[in-house]
Amino acid sequence: MALADKTAAELQKLIHTKEMTISEMAEQAFERIEELDSKVDAFLAIDKEGALKQAAQLEDTPLDERGPLFGLPIGVKDNIVTEGIETTASSRILEGFNPIYDATVVEKLKKDGMVIVGKLNMDEFAMGSSNENSYYKNTKNPWNLETVPGGSSGGSAAAVAAGEVPFTLGSDTGGSIRQPAAFCGVVGMKPTYGRVSRFGLIAYASSLDQIGPITRTVKDNALLLNTIAGHDEKDSTSANVEVPDFAAALTGDIQGLRIGVPKEYFAEGVGEAAKQAVRDALKVLEEKGATWEEISLPHSKYALSTYYLIASSEASSNLSRFDGIRYGYRTQKAGNLLEFYMNTRSEGFGDEVKRRIMLGTYALSSGYYDAYYKKAQKVRTLIKQDFDKAFEQYDVIIGPTTPTPAFKIGEKIDDPLTMYANDILTIPVNLAGVPAISVPCGFDNGLPLGLQIIGKYFDEETVYRVADVFEQATDFHKKTPQVWEGAVQ
Amino acid sequence: MAKMTKEEVIEVAHLARLAITDEEAVHFADQLEAITNAMELLNELDTENVEPTTHVLPMVNVLREDKSIPGLDRELVLKNVKEHEAGQIKVPTILD
Repeated sequence: MALADKTAAELQKLIHTKEMTISEMAEQAFERIEELDSKVDAFLAIDKEGALKQAAQLEDTPLDERGPLFGLPIGVKDNIVTEGIETTASSRILEGFNPIYDATVVEKLKKDGMVIVGKLNMDEFAMGSSNENSYYKNTKNPWNLETVPGGSSGGSAAAVAAGEVPFTLGSDTGGSIRQPAAFCGVVGMKPTYGRVSRFGLIAYASSLDQIGPITRTVKDNALLLNTIAGHDEKDSTSANVEVPDFAAALTGDIQGLRIGVPKEYFAEGVGEAAKQAVRDALKVLEEKGATWEEISLPHSKYALSTYYLIASSEASSNLSRFDGIRYGYRTQKAGNLLEFYMNTRSEGFGDEVKRRIMLGTYALSSGYYDAYYKKAQKVRTLIKQDFDKAFEQYDVIIGPTTPTPAFKIGEKIDDPLTMYANDILTIPVNLAGVPAISVPCGFDNGLPLGLQIIGKYFDEETVYRVADVFEQATDFHKKTPQVWEGAVQ
Repeated sequence: MAKMTKEEVIEVAHLARLAITDEEAVHFADQLEAITNAMELLNELDTENVEPTTHVLPMVNVLREDKSIPGLDRELVLKNVKEHEAGQIKVPTILD
């Protein structure tokens, strides 16, 4: 029975018609992971025992008590805590860390009957755009094993692209769901800031971080957001707003939709293939009744600097909790308390994490606070206002997700600024806090490209509707990478 | 253009509780200088009358009734502690 190319509805039908049990479906996911992950390296921890136990408990639930994702397997990014499954955020400093509770999103997955198969590789503490900053392994892009899957949710995107699991959760601070989704040819949604609880998400930059779903289709993505969205009293930044049925928003009708296309997203540094794929996509949407106009988001070019100052500052504060005392890695070389802290942290953190902690510490230090941190917060206001103004006239904003497709492993790792530039088109969205999705929209030399659709605050519905119309009118999402050939389906 | 010296990096690393060697300090100085120079782009903008954004959504303090609720079980809390004894976390000797 081929599972890898099936949607949630198709998979569930197999269970409900008793062609397969929930346990058998989980077993098959593990078989495929076992076969493919030696090439892709998407998973850090696999929890076969826990998953099969969970699956067995689900088998007897009456059909009328089952939601649309009931019984289906899912993988979770390794910065989201899972009770009893090792959670490291791909850092040495959390090696062996075994959480004693579930993140709110994980509780919600379990409540809706999803089977958690394991944890996915990422850039250490979600800092990176290639997964090369993981302490444990380099995840490869299933479309070309010599290229990166993107980051920081590279394992989450690669696992879906390889067909190892139909669903994963990622997190997005500056593009960490959308950029790997684009590189791996899958669908990745960063919801509005506050839409999804961050309780149990290991914090990188608290005012930007947001958990979101990665899937093969837009519909499945909307279903998964239905499961994880909602106010949580354990996260004071989660928004107390009504959660609509996102899947019900996929009406197929975008007649009269007004699209803004920022000229800054077609600037120097954005590859011709990415630009052309978006122009083609706009034609598709026009045929479906939408109109588009060129607009300007004039402060876009300041977003990268603003982001690195704000995110690094928040990170330097958030990561101060890792001190080797209560959990995690502990140095063996300590003469006094200060040495204990300093050696633990130096041995436990990788270079990119150290760079950002130092940048943030510098930006927050006395004498530099106004020039760097406060300045960046002010520019953040201007970037947010660009979006507010554009959304007075347009329903969605559309552009490429990334300037180029996936690059070669090792190509950019020694040059932080070049690496950071990957995220120029995704970062403004996090600074403004609005929702955005990446959907497959083309190929460049056999590597996928992503279309980014940005929406108004808490209007994921329109974003999904447009993404679904585009997906239904094209067949990019039906293409599968070479790594599929000959594998257990 | 701000110049980042080895000494400044060592000072910042110390504030961040990171031990670094002289060699690493030189390497990080070059990288952090390039990064902070790129950030100076923001100085093009006049932000005199712009309010800073710390959060994109209106945030209010969330208060709850001042009532005690059971915490986590002690055994469970100690699960990830490297060394512990009699319900207490053990640390290396830190006073000379």
